Amino acid sequence: MIAFRAVHKGFAATPVLEGFSLEIPDGETTVIIGYSGTGKSVALKLIVGLLEPDAGGVEVDGQLVHTLDRDALRGLRASIGFVFQFAALFDSMTVAENLALGLRRQGLADGEIAERTTEALELVGLADSQERYPAELSGGMRKRVGIARAIALRPRYILYDEPTTGLDPVTAAVMDQLMVRTREAYGVTSVVVTHDMRSAYTVGDRIAMLYRGTIRQVGTVDEIRHSHDAVVRQFIEGRPEAAADADRVAGARA
Amino acid sequence: MLRFVLKAVARGLASLGAVGHLLADMVRGLRDVDVWPRLTVVQMRRVGVDSLPIALFIATFTGIVLSLQASYTFTGAVPLYFVGTAVGKSIMLELGPVLTGLALAGRVGANIAAELGTMKVTEQVDALETLAYNPSSYLVAPRVLAATVMFPLVVAVAVAVGVGSGLVAAVNLLELTTVEFVRGLRLFYQFKDVWFGLLKSMSFGFAIALIGCYCGLGVRRGAEEVGRATTRAVVLGAQLILVLDAFWAILLL
Ligand SMILES: Nc1ncnc2c1ncn2[C@@H]1O[C@H](COP(=O)(O)OP(=O)(O)O)[C@@H](O)[C@H]1O
Ligand SMILES: [Mg+2]
Repeated sequence: MIAFRAVHKGFAATPVLEGFSLEIPDGETTVIIGYSGTGKSVALKLIVGLLEPDAGGVEVDGQLVHTLDRDALRGLRASIGFVFQFAALFDSMTVAENLALGLRRQGLADGEIAERTTEALELVGLADSQERYPAELSGGMRKRVGIARAIALRPRYILYDEPTTGLDPVTAAVMDQLMVRTREAYGVTSVVVTHDMRSAYTVGDRIAMLYRGTIRQVGTVDEIRHSHDAVVRQFIEGRPEAAADADRVAGARA
Repeated sequence: MLRFVLKAVARGLASLGAVGHLLADMVRGLRDVDVWPRLTVVQMRRVGVDSLPIALFIATFTGIVLSLQASYTFTGAVPLYFVGTAVGKSIMLELGPVLTGLALAGRVGANIAAELGTMKVTEQVDALETLAYNPSSYLVAPRVLAATVMFPLVVAVAVAVGVGSGLVAAVNLLELTTVEFVRGLRLFYQFKDVWFGLLKSMSFGFAIALIGCYCGLGVRRGAEEVGRATTRAVVLGAQLILVLDAFWAILLL
């Protein structure tokens, strides 16, 4: 299980997370929603130790991530797939090499690496693009390769950072379908960060809203959909005047 | 004024600390012997291909100029075959390593900073880490080791070419024969001339690559910052070369 325990994290003088607590139950997909710049990506990076908390901590399988030594952290990272917002593919490598890199690190034999690469690319519908370079792919294809790179590792957890942002509606629906299928095929626990509510409702078991450094509300999809919380309602209905109002409130606080 | 100087010194020391940290990380990363050796070979080829043409270009012209300047300076007061001595000594000890080093600060250092900076802003460095790789052993060690090994080789070739072009210039443009030039060349030659120059080159390669990695990995966000990091790598690299050059002279000459 992944659990945020009263995490505080800021940059220079700007606080981002302020006592952020959230438990991600195993086998489910938890969606974290929130306005841009509220710290959703920061939260994901804390899980894999790309960032360190100022106070509190993130527990993965009962271990506090920021206290792990190099080898333990390496083991932990091997069990977590990270899907970056802009895919973060290695642009000097082909698609197949992008997938193989992580597998090689886990000490798999060449035959097994080739097998897993093909299988993961088939799942995302890109089996015929193995030898192409990231620059030759569209944004949506790159994101699918990013997902394939995570899936190929057969991780127990997959973290998705804005998987549908910036995609056309059809491609976005394909991504949603992929996330659902991945969970069904491998039973992975997923954390999906997004501000795309349609996607949140499709892939999520539970939804948590991050607002001003902490969790505003967390609940099942239905609970969030019918939330009575004014801030949550503003966000999921995407009302512009409400958002402007929220800005004013935030400004007054600052 | 004093406050300004103090601040600059404090900043310099802080970066020095950060570079030291990167270096310590790299040394620790050398434990990953299944990662860095293969990549180092790839980088060695890149450093060689990147730097040989420019190194040879510089050496050729330096050799010619040194020959002519030496003969101009001697004006008959010193026997002309000393041109060989002047050319050999200056190229082996100073101009070969330093001019090549400065040029490579612009090429190799800038390349490394731009590449790693771009990888940083596109989150490729983060992606490497999530795939359980250590950027120190995957990115830094291969580049630093490759430059440390390749620079002396490149400089050695440059020195040979520079002396050769000095010889050709002397024979064709001055009234000097090959035999006389070589006599001058061998006159005060010591084996130290060679190893001193190559040792310097090693330290230059090491410094340039390490600074390139430091500047590149220091990029946080945005293409603009990548550009700044690249410039910074070149400027810092060039400064370090001059400082190291003086350091070795004081220590070993
Ligand atoms: N490495 C970093 N250095 C400095 N500031 C950062 C860094 N990463 C994120 N931030 C800041 O933290 C805040 C939250 O960022 P982020 O988590 O990316 O937001 P989002 O919810 O849109 O993913 C932003 O104000 C951002 O500028
Ligand atoms: Mg984000």
